[in-house]
Amino acid sequence: MSESDWELVVGLEVHVELATATKIFCGCRNQFGDEPNTNICPVCLGLPGSLPVLNHQAVELAMRIGLALNCHVEPSIFHRKNYFYPDMPKDYQVSQYDEPINLDGSLELPDGTTIGIERAHLEEDTGKSTHVGGGGRIHDAGYSLVDYNRAGVPLVEIVSRPDIRSAEHARAYVNELRAILLATGASDAKMEEGSMRVDANVSVHKPGDPYGTRCEIKNLNSTRSLGRAIEYEMRRQIDLLETGERIVQETRHWNEDDGRTHTLRSKEEAYDYRYFPEPDLVPIAPDAAWQAAVRTALPVLPAARRVRLAAACGVTPAEAGVVVERDLDGFVLDAIAAGGVPARLLVHAENNLADGAGQLDVGAFAALTTLEADGALTATQAKTVLGELVASGGDPAAIAAAKGFEAMDDSALAAVVDELIAANPEPFARFKEGDQKVTGFFVGQVMKATQGKADGKVVTRLLHERAAGS
Amino acid sequence: MADRITRDDVAHVATLARLRLSDEELDMFTEQLAAVLAHAEDVASLDTAGVAPTAHPLPLENVLRADVPRPSLDRDEVLAAAPEVEEHRFRVPPVLGEAP
Amino acid sequence: MNRALETAAAVRSGERSAVDVVEEHLARIAEREGDIHAFNVVLADEARAAAAAVDDAVRAGRDPGPLAGVPIALKDNLCTLGIPTTCSSKILEGWRPPYDATVVARLTAAGAVSVGKTNLDEFAMGSSTENSAFGPTRNPHDLTRVPGGSSGGSAAAVAAGFAPLSLGSDTGGSIRQPAALCGVVGVKPTYGLVSRYGLVAFASSLDQIGPFAATVADAALLLEVIAGHDPMDSTSIDQPAPSLVDVLAQGVEGLRIGVLHELLDAEGIAPDVRRRTEAAADALSAAGAKVDEASVPAATYGLSAYYLIAPAEASSNLARYDGVRYGLRVDASNTGDMNEASRTAGFGAEVKRRIMLGTYALSAGYYDAYYGKAQQVRTLIIRDFKAAYEQFDLLLSPTSPTTAFALGAKTDDPLTMYLNDVCTIPTNLAGDPAMSVPFGVGDDGLPVGVQLLAPALGEATMFRAAAVLEEAMA
Repeated sequence: MSESDWELVVGLEVHVELATATKIFCGCRNQFGDEPNTNICPVCLGLPGSLPVLNHQAVELAMRIGLALNCHVEPSIFHRKNYFYPDMPKDYQVSQYDEPINLDGSLELPDGTTIGIERAHLEEDTGKSTHVGGGGRIHDAGYSLVDYNRAGVPLVEIVSRPDIRSAEHARAYVNELRAILLATGASDAKMEEGSMRVDANVSVHKPGDPYGTRCEIKNLNSTRSLGRAIEYEMRRQIDLLETGERIVQETRHWNEDDGRTHTLRSKEEAYDYRYFPEPDLVPIAPDAAWQAAVRTALPVLPAARRVRLAAACGVTPAEAGVVVERDLDGFVLDAIAAGGVPARLLVHAENNLADGAGQLDVGAFAALTTLEADGALTATQAKTVLGELVASGGDPAAIAAAKGFEAMDDSALAAVVDELIAANPEPFARFKEGDQKVTGFFVGQVMKATQGKADGKVVTRLLHERAAGS
Repeated sequence: MADRITRDDVAHVATLARLRLSDEELDMFTEQLAAVLAHAEDVASLDTAGVAPTAHPLPLENVLRADVPRPSLDRDEVLAAAPEVEEHRFRVPPVLGEAP
Repeated sequence: MNRALETAAAVRSGERSAVDVVEEHLARIAEREGDIHAFNVVLADEARAAAAAVDDAVRAGRDPGPLAGVPIALKDNLCTLGIPTTCSSKILEGWRPPYDATVVARLTAAGAVSVGKTNLDEFAMGSSTENSAFGPTRNPHDLTRVPGGSSGGSAAAVAAGFAPLSLGSDTGGSIRQPAALCGVVGVKPTYGLVSRYGLVAFASSLDQIGPFAATVADAALLLEVIAGHDPMDSTSIDQPAPSLVDVLAQGVEGLRIGVLHELLDAEGIAPDVRRRTEAAADALSAAGAKVDEASVPAATYGLSAYYLIAPAEASSNLARYDGVRYGLRVDASNTGDMNEASRTAGFGAEVKRRIMLGTYALSAGYYDAYYGKAQQVRTLIIRDFKAAYEQFDLLLSPTSPTTAFALGAKTDDPLTMYLNDVCTIPTNLAGDPAMSVPFGVGDDGLPVGVQLLAPALGEATMFRAAAVLEEAMA
C-alpha cells in the first residue's frame, strides 16, 4: 500500500452544548439526564403561536469561544434551516448561515501546528430519539420515542478549515478544543454525554493535485473512535482510488464494533434546506464594550500556558504539553517561585504526578528538587520521597532521613564500581569496546549492592573513567 | 427571472413539503402556481441593484433575555395532546434514514 | 353608541351586571349564529363564569379592568388555554393549547369576557373565509355574500352584534378587508406594537393582531388594552401602549392627508368604492385637513412581493404540523410517510397551494429571483412610504376593491381572490399601521370601508382622522 504517496485532508465540525442554565430561546432548564419531556414549554416544543427570545448567556459564551479561538466577533443574524425530522419540534432548526457570530480564527496544537477555524456559530439543539425494536439502530427499528428535553439547548458549531493532515492531529485538535472550552467555562464538552459531538470530513489527494472528494463521518463517540475512523476511511478511499474507482460524496456512519465506516446516505445531491433569515428574531450586534469585557475575562488558555511553562523551565511549548494538560503548570510555577529547580520540577510533574499533587505542597516540592540538585538525593530516591509526599504530605528532608537516604560519596561508590568490574570482566570488556547497553547492567548491579543509594549518573561517569584507563 | 414552473418542479416541491398530490392536483397546482408566479414577474422589471433586502420592518437589535429558569409545562398535559405516547415520550413510526 | 366603552363603564359602576350583558349577547348569538356561522365554538358556560367573576370583583370593590364585562370574540388562530384553537383547519381540530396568547391574558386581566372563537380562512390564508375547513361565514348584511377574510368570523361577529369587540389578525389585509365588507372598524397596528406571542403564525414578518369594533372609540379602547411591549416576543416594540381614546376628539385641522393614487387607481377598484373614497377625502377636507394626491410608486409591486414573501414564511411556519406532537395524525409505516399522509389529509387546497408556492420561492436556485428579490422590493416600498410621509401625515385609499362579493364567486381562480388585497398589502410590507373605517354603502347597498394609513407608531393621528370620518357618517 503506497499510503505515503497520498496526503490525508481532514476538517472537523464540532458541536458543543453551552453551559447555560436555560435553553437558547426559552426559560426551560438546560439539564442533562432529567426525566423525559420535563423541561419543555411552548417555545422549545414549537407549539403553534410560540416565539423565540435569545438567551443573553448563550451569546456571551459563544463570544468566549470565538475569542478564545482568535475569531473576530461579527454582527450576526439567525437563519432557518428547513427539514423534516421527528426530533425537530418546528421541522426547521434556528441556526446561523452566512452571517455567523464568529469568523476566521485559529487553534494551535501542542506541537505548534496551527489549524484554521472557519467559523463558530450559534444554533439550537434538537430533541433526542430512542429507537425501539429491531437492532436498536435506525435501519431495523420498530418505532421511535422522542424526548424534547434537549430541544432548544444552545449549541455552538465550530468548523475547522481542512488543515488537519493526520489522525493524531485530529485527536490533538479535539483534545485542545476541549481544554479551551473547559478553561473558558463555555461547555463541559463531554463526548460521552453528547455535550461535544465531532463529525469528520475526510478526503485524500496526491500532493499538488486538487483536494479529493470528501466523505463526512458521523457517530464518533470518543477521540479514539475519531482516530480509528479517520485511519479506516483514509485507507478505504486510497484503496478505491488506486483501483480506479471514484469516491462518492456521502455521509458515512462509523461502526465501533466492526471498525468500519458505512454508507448512510448519498450527498451527491445536497439537501435543499431553503435557508432564509429568521423573521422571529432580530440581529445581534455585541458592542465593543461587551466584546472587550469578554476578551478581558478570558482565562490564560492552554497554548499560552504551555508557552509560559516552557519559558520558565527551559523547554519547548510542546514539551510542556503534558503538565499543562494535567493542570499542574500553576503548581510547578508556584514551586519555582518557592525556590525549586525548574527542570526537575517539570520532569517530576510529568513522570511522577500522573494522578495529581495529592498532599504534596508547593514548598515541599521546591525543597525536594533542591535536595536533588545539591546531590543529597538521587533521582530514584527523590521519586520515592515524592511518592510519600503525595500520599501523606510532610517534609522531604525528614522523609529522606527517615528512609536512611543519603547519596553515597564518590570514593565509596568508586570502590563498589571497581569490585563489580573485577567480578564481571566480560561485560566490562564489551563496555570498553563501546557497547553502551552494558551500562544498564552495571548501574543495576551497583544499585543492588548499595540499596539504591548510588547516583546512576555518577556510576556511569566512573565506568567511563575506568574504561578510559582509570 | 426564472423559467415557468413545471409539473416536475411542483412534484419536487410537494416532496420537500411532505405533501402528496394526485395527478389532477399536480396539474391544477402547476397551472395555478404558474399563473401566480407570472403575475409576480413584474418585480423583475424593478431596478433593485444595491438595494438591501428587508427581513424586518423594525430596526430592533440585541433583544435578549436573562439566563434565568422559568416554569416548564406539565408533561402530562402536553402528552395528553399527543397522537401517540409511550414511556412519557412521543411515539412515532420507524424513521427511515438519518436527518439530512 | 360605543357599546364597549359604555358597557365597561356601566359594569364598573355596578349599573349593569356583566352576567346580564353576556346573556344579552348569547341570546343574539343563539338567534342568528345558525345563519351566519361566525364562530367555530361558542363559549357560553365559560363566558357566564367569567362574567360572574367580573361582577364579584365589582361587588368586592376590586378594579375589574377597563373592559369589565365587555363580550369579545377571538379569532380562532389565537391560543386560548384549554380551549380548542383550530385555525379552522382539520389538522388542528380539537387541539387545546396549554397556554394563553399574551393578548388573551391581557384581555382577561382587563375584565373582558370571551364569548367564542371565530371562524377564519384556514391558517389565515384567504380573503373570504371560504377556505375554512368548517364551512364559510356569511356576511350579516347579506347572507349570500362573503364577510371577507381571513378574519371573516370576527368581523361578522361584531357586525351581527354578537360582541361589541373582536380580535383578528392581519397579514395582507385580513382585518381591514373584512371590516370594510362587514361595515365595521378594523385596525392593523404598527408591526411590533401588539405581541404575536400566541398568534398561530402565518407570515411572521407581516402578521399583526388587531381590533374589530362597531365604533372608532371602541376600537381605540381595545387596542390600548392589547398593545405594548411583551418580553415573550422578540419583535415587540419596546414601548407601552399608546393613549388613543383620549385623543379621538382632536380632529384633523391642519393635518396633511394624501389620497394614494396607486391604490385609488389600481386595477379592479369598483367605481362606487372609488366614489366613497373620494367622499371620505372631501369629509376630511371639510373638517380642516389639507387633502392632496399622494404617490407611493412601489406600492404597485406590493401584491407580487407579498405573494412571494408570505407563502415563503408560511411554508416554514406550517412545517411543524407533521402529526408527531399534536394535531391530526394519519398513520403510516414510517415517519416520513406519516408526515405526508397527515399533512395531505389535514390541509386544505389554499394552504397547500401557498406552502408549495413558498417552498418553491425559497428553493435552491430560485431564492435570489423570488424571495430575495421580493425582500428588496419591500425595501423600496418602505422607502416610498417614508418619502410620502415627509409630505403627508396620513394617507387615504379604498380598503377593498369592491363591496362583499357572492359566496363562491371567486373560488375558482386563486389569482382573482388574491387581487382583493391590493390596497391592504403594502402596509403589511412596510410594517406601518392602517385601519378601515365604514364610510357608507356601495351601489348594491353593501358596506364600503375606506382605509387610513399612517407612519409607524402613528396610531393616534390615524384614529383622530377615523373619528372625523365616523362623525361625517353619523
